[in-house]
Amino acid sequence: MGASEKEMTERAVDYVFRVGGEGGEGVISTGEMLTLTLARAGYEIYTFRTYPAEIKGGHANYQVRASGSLLLSSGAAVDVLLAFNQEAYDKHIKDVRPGGVLIYDSDSYTPPPVASAGGGAAPDGAGPVGQRTGGGDTPPASASIIAYGVPLSSLATEKIGVKLTKNIVALGVLSQLFDISMPAFEELLHERFGRKGETIVQKNVQALRVGAEFVKQLQKKDDIRLGPGPRKTKELVLSGNESLALGAIAAGCRIYAGYPITPATDIMEFLAKELPKLGGFVVQTEDEISALGTVLGASYAGVKAMTATSGPGFSLMTEMIGLAVVAEIPAVVVDVQRVGPSTGMPTKTEQGDLYLACYGGHGNCPRIVMALNNVEDCFYGIIRAFNLAEQFQMPVVVLSDASLGHRKATVPVPDPSRVPVVERRKPAPAELVNYKRYAFTPDHVSPMSVPGLEGGGYVAEGLEHDERGFPAASDHENHLRLTRKRYGKFQAVEAVANEMVRIYGDPHPEVGIIGWGSTEGVIREAVQMAQAKGYSVGALHPKILYPQPLAKLKEFIEGTKAVIIPEVNFTGQFATALRKRFAYDFIQLNKCIGLPFTPKEIFDKIEEVATHVHNGRRVHAARV
Amino acid sequence: MSTTVAEFTPQGYKTDEHPIWCPGCGDFGVLDSLYKSLAGLKVDPKDLVVVSGIGCSGRTPGFIRSYGFHSVHGRVLPVALGVKLANPALHVIGVGGDGDGFAIGGGHIPHAARRNPDMIYIVMDNSTYGLTKGQYSPTSPTGFQAGSTPYGNIEQPLNPLAMLIAYGATFVGQGYSGKPKELSDLITKAMEHKGFGFLNVISPCITFYNTYKVIPPRLAEIPKDHDPANRVKAFELALQTDHLRLGIFYQVRQPTFEEGVAEVIKKAQASSRPRLDEIFANFS
Repeated sequence: MGASEKEMTERAVDYVFRVGGEGGEGVISTGEMLTLTLARAGYEIYTFRTYPAEIKGGHANYQVRASGSLLLSSGAAVDVLLAFNQEAYDKHIKDVRPGGVLIYDSDSYTPPPVASAGGGAAPDGAGPVGQRTGGGDTPPASASIIAYGVPLSSLATEKIGVKLTKNIVALGVLSQLFDISMPAFEELLHERFGRKGETIVQKNVQALRVGAEFVKQLQKKDDIRLGPGPRKTKELVLSGNESLALGAIAAGCRIYAGYPITPATDIMEFLAKELPKLGGFVVQTEDEISALGTVLGASYAGVKAMTATSGPGFSLMTEMIGLAVVAEIPAVVVDVQRVGPSTGMPTKTEQGDLYLACYGGHGNCPRIVMALNNVEDCFYGIIRAFNLAEQFQMPVVVLSDASLGHRKATVPVPDPSRVPVVERRKPAPAELVNYKRYAFTPDHVSPMSVPGLEGGGYVAEGLEHDERGFPAASDHENHLRLTRKRYGKFQAVEAVANEMVRIYGDPHPEVGIIGWGSTEGVIREAVQMAQAKGYSVGALHPKILYPQPLAKLKEFIEGTKAVIIPEVNFTGQFATALRKRFAYDFIQLNKCIGLPFTPKEIFDKIEEVATHVHNGRRVHAARV
Repeated sequence: MSTTVAEFTPQGYKTDEHPIWCPGCGDFGVLDSLYKSLAGLKVDPKDLVVVSGIGCSGRTPGFIRSYGFHSVHGRVLPVALGVKLANPALHVIGVGGDGDGFAIGGGHIPHAARRNPDMIYIVMDNSTYGLTKGQYSPTSPTGFQAGSTPYGNIEQPLNPLAMLIAYGATFVGQGYSGKPKELSDLITKAMEHKGFGFLNVISPCITFYNTYKVIPPRLAEIPKDHDPANRVKAFELALQTDHLRLGIFYQVRQPTFEEGVAEVIKKAQASSRPRLDEIFANFS
């Protein structure tokens, strides 16, 4: 939501900054430094980044939304566009709101002037830009956009002598123009470059000042000003993947096995650095089959272990998921979803692996599937995932996605005591007499021994087996008993699932929304927008997707006149799953372009559905 | 399963589960040799984990009084690595067949070899897929005729010993199920070796590829003057496939995976900030 939608007088800070340019040239690090500085200045932050699949070249952009209050999405209209090259201008100028700001590298290109606006965009001054009058490929821009041309490249080469410092020069421009704390930027440069020596630090600090000095000679024509933010308490700036990795540490995970894959790799790299400090270890295995095999071996031997991957790697793990189910071994498997099938669009986001997570594998194969909703939830959610795995001795698949894994956000310092850590049931001394690893119990969970324990020897068995773990591959009745035992755990899991449902807006709405995973924030924001317009709307967001929280879903669905299910996939995988459970004509809203929803897309659907419901008409599925 | 030293007899490692193997299967010889080695080394059953994949030999963990893990086809080594990583104090023995190890699981072998975890891996090599009724395996000879090769196998058999030496395994040996005493000695030496001990054990399938008559004439000792630390000579010996040589081809002491892990932990803890709230400080 851009600032234009708020009162022009005394408005709260809520600005969207977007940085665009060539991949590998510092766009992402510019965005990250802006993010951290704004967070330290006391603002809430929510970022979104897209980057090319190539390491060098291609287009990259980084969006930072800063606000004085809780943020639920990366926003819509852009307030400030920092475009390092022509391509960035061409791609993003259409998203800049009327009255918004364009800052461009005047050494690199000149945006087309607006004939009617007068003055045009001077390379070294401020002025309006707009649609290229002579046609061409440049997208239209609002005539009221305020452009500041800054010779970023030549300032960097001539005044600093290092062309790469043009990003820092640009940050100096932002700092001076919008009153974002210069000392905070300087402090960050000391932290970032301190290890490279004082000379490097000073060159960067100098670059920051050169940018700021240049702005002082411009006439400020926009009304964007931040200053210090309202939050005085300390918060962390974490990506979803970082938050998840921290949560895994808090949960007691000490062994990680994985194979590098975008967009999950940074979980492995984070833990590779931190786990050894805690006596743990990360092993980079030869493939994802080996990754989950190593995790199962480690968990069997008594150490909490996990792996994280994305769709292609998760596909390889499905046989091992079945092994964890039948041998009843706790394990956590994170799938940071990306666009598939096959190699797909490796750096783009999608919610396309729900079927695989719930049903992937052969035979009757119960596992728990959870979804993570936001950056803070990645921390607590992964602790819950480990707890469920330990409590029920089965694999837990945790679904994140590229947009959540790579999103940075301000979060209150996590408090691990909020989710007490659960350990697996171990055999009591009496249970070690004629120990039965897969003993039938009222809650279907059997005491699990660990190598090294006297009297607890058993075989973790992938064949169908009896209570002792002895193969029973030809005992037909036994197979039914054991299958019932494994599915029997679901009753208790479902009760937990019902407790872990969140509802936003009206709990008994006319128009309901059911979402899952990373869409939580945009749905919440859309609900707020719709409620502000007087619509009866509410959203339900389950955390456990399999088994489903049927009681809560039923209660929510019953009072509605229509239910929208927004998903970032083509076919509506959760909607399909819910249709098997409820005779209800759910309305799908699907987006399948590798990008997350915007709040407005969901709001528009709410408005359409609410209007039709009001007029007694049916509404059909839609695609964005 | 209480254990005292008095119980360290081969018999003491037997379980109530009776092997499902065909009478005369080579795997009986391997199992008996294993019992003997375990007794000789006084391995406490509570500290032993036997990991297997799928195939006739995959049933082995059930026949050894210890902890066991009967995993899925071809994945002995990843599971075994996880066990060893979680608890380096455990004795870990991986067992499987030539299909499990060299076909479906072949991708794990080079990586287990170069990581060098302190465990042994016994491949019971019968050069056929016994459990699916006799199809050709990666070690079947060219011309091998069976269900999936009715006109004869057109592929070259792979050479497990040369492969493991090339991959950098730190202990490579070969045994024969028909010579249980020598085999037990070899298993004992592999278990005493610090690092990844690979044993290719010729273990005939009496039902689908009975080689009991053709194997013995081909058996030979490893020359007395062979230096097991000489990798090139070991490789040369392994390439002499006219003979099936029994004994240790190659053995060298190199840092194990667990030793490497301990080093990393030591290094990380030297500059340690092991508390969660101290890690948090990096992100504000």
